[in-house]
Amino acid sequence: MSLLKRNVLVLTLFLAGGLTCTSVAKSELANAEAANLPGHDIKPAMGKPVAVTAGTISADGSGLPQGSGTAGAGKTVYESRCAACHGIDGLQPGNQLVGGIGSLATNRPVKTVGSFWPYATTLFDYIARAMPYNEQKSLSADDTYAVTAYVLMLNGILDDEAVLNEKNLHTVSMPNRSGFVELVH
Amino acid sequence: MPDQIAGGGLLHRRGLLKATAAGVAGGFLLPAKATEDWMTHSGEAQNGYGSPSRFANLQREQLGGHPFGAEAGSSSTPLQDLNGSITPNSLHFERHHSGIPDIDPDKHRLTIFGEVEQNLQFSYEDLMAYPKESHIYFLECSGNSFRNALPTASDQTAGSLNGLLSCAEWTGVPLHYLLDEAGVNKKARWIIAEGADASGMSRSVPIDMALDNVLVALYQNGEPLRPAQGYPMRLFVPGSEGNISVKWLHRLKVQQTPAYTKDETSKYTDLLKDGTAEMFSLKMEVKSLITSPSGKMNLQRKGVYEISGLAWSGEGAIRKVEVSADGGRTWAEAALQNTSRPLALTRFRIPWRWVGQNVVLQSRAIDDRGNVQPSRASALARYSSGSFYHYNGIQSWQVSAEGVVKNVFA
Repeated sequence: MSLLKRNVLVLTLFLAGGLTCTSVAKSELANAEAANLPGHDIKPAMGKPVAVTAGTISADGSGLPQGSGTAGAGKTVYESRCAACHGIDGLQPGNQLVGGIGSLATNRPVKTVGSFWPYATTLFDYIARAMPYNEQKSLSADDTYAVTAYVLMLNGILDDEAVLNEKNLHTVSMPNRSGFVELVH
Repeated sequence: MPDQIAGGGLLHRRGLLKATAAGVAGGFLLPAKATEDWMTHSGEAQNGYGSPSRFANLQREQLGGHPFGAEAGSSSTPLQDLNGSITPNSLHFERHHSGIPDIDPDKHRLTIFGEVEQNLQFSYEDLMAYPKESHIYFLECSGNSFRNALPTASDQTAGSLNGLLSCAEWTGVPLHYLLDEAGVNKKARWIIAEGADASGMSRSVPIDMALDNVLVALYQNGEPLRPAQGYPMRLFVPGSEGNISVKWLHRLKVQQTPAYTKDETSKYTDLLKDGTAEMFSLKMEVKSLITSPSGKMNLQRKGVYEISGLAWSGEGAIRKVEVSADGGRTWAEAALQNTSRPLALTRFRIPWRWVGQNVVLQSRAIDDRGNVQPSRASALARYSSGSFYHYNGIQSWQVSAEGVVKNVFA
């Protein structure tokens, strides 16, 4: 109902007779309070149809952009764009990407991409949206595949020459893939 | 003593105190001049946006940040300086992953797409036209109180230990109105929410939750959201870990599976002792703490104090809070305020007499589902030593014979 129509309705009710109108309004108010109803549910349908080309990348690889890269190519990108925070070998404390495989059930678990992350798609998605820090979204798709491959290579998950692309990234076998219990399905 | 209800000086809540209370207060009256300066001339003029008294020293505490800058860090609500249950907007806790974006609402869009009949885009002005609801909800970072899960007790304030916790009245559009308009396909199970900040924070929300009580929040305590809280719009998922209430919300992708984003896999998961980890542990558990007296305070006099604190549960309303002043040997029930509000902070209070005894003060909350706040030992037993999210163990404050209040593990 538009504001205008609502006002006309109120005016009409008002003109229809003061006493009746007041008692109706009071009883409606009482009912609304009793049921704890929101004030109204007039939804204006303002959404505009739109074509969508970008979105979150999922574990099945949906949403990945076209492109490809190898760990060999990724080494150059990593050393110039990532190593300052993550360390040349990915071992920088606090921002550690590498190591810890086999440590999760010990008293000193080390959670890294290699030891903990269940999906390689998550690594690509995160680099693409949030890295490098303060230069977010500046890497090309090819460079993002390459850096992803390099971090996986540092963890011993891929070799130097493996090519990652939008078709095979989701098939990378992560060591801790089966290490999670999902509380919501 | 006849007016005691439990050990360590806890008092009956009603009636038995008059003579003692008057006697104590009498010795502490400050000499007052006939006229103070502010009685003799006009004060400052009003201004455009208010600020607290210069005598009320209200500051959030900064809790570290990214090596490149404090903008990827957090600040905590000074719980020890506040009362009631609402957090002022300027003191709401903050946690940012790449700083606070400066978003022009005219250029911001919210897009709903994926497993829907029709992808839809909404402007800020569009959302203003929808029916809105206002609810008082707490927001707690799932890493709140993590220092109490470490091996050594830090000597810090209630706020710096437990202040990734706030409570506000959030006003916004029920998300299901927008999802209904787009037409969610029957096989859809998750909504992936993404922020428009540089980190593009993303979380997966179960569809049942998204269609229930989730808001696209536009206002906080009556004013438009602050930039630090997601202006112009944020997701608000009541009772759940704070990180899932994605700020600067600009995309909602409807799909059959979770996205398994960085935060919901590598960060906000809970490592168990066998090396496996729980994922999508979304609800924040029943919890409480005494905010006064609390860490770093000094009791300046002997006599009657009001012990006061906060209790909350991500599963419902608070039914009962018990307080102990003898390290957990005996407990007394505190008075509660606003118990009819589920998923909000509840203030509790109980009187206490301190005559110089060395005691440990504790509180224990019970929610209306029967969940009981665990001891620190029980809370720690749930997860591996490397896991510190969802810590909800009992907070212990030691009061020394000198009146110094300190965080301890008891």
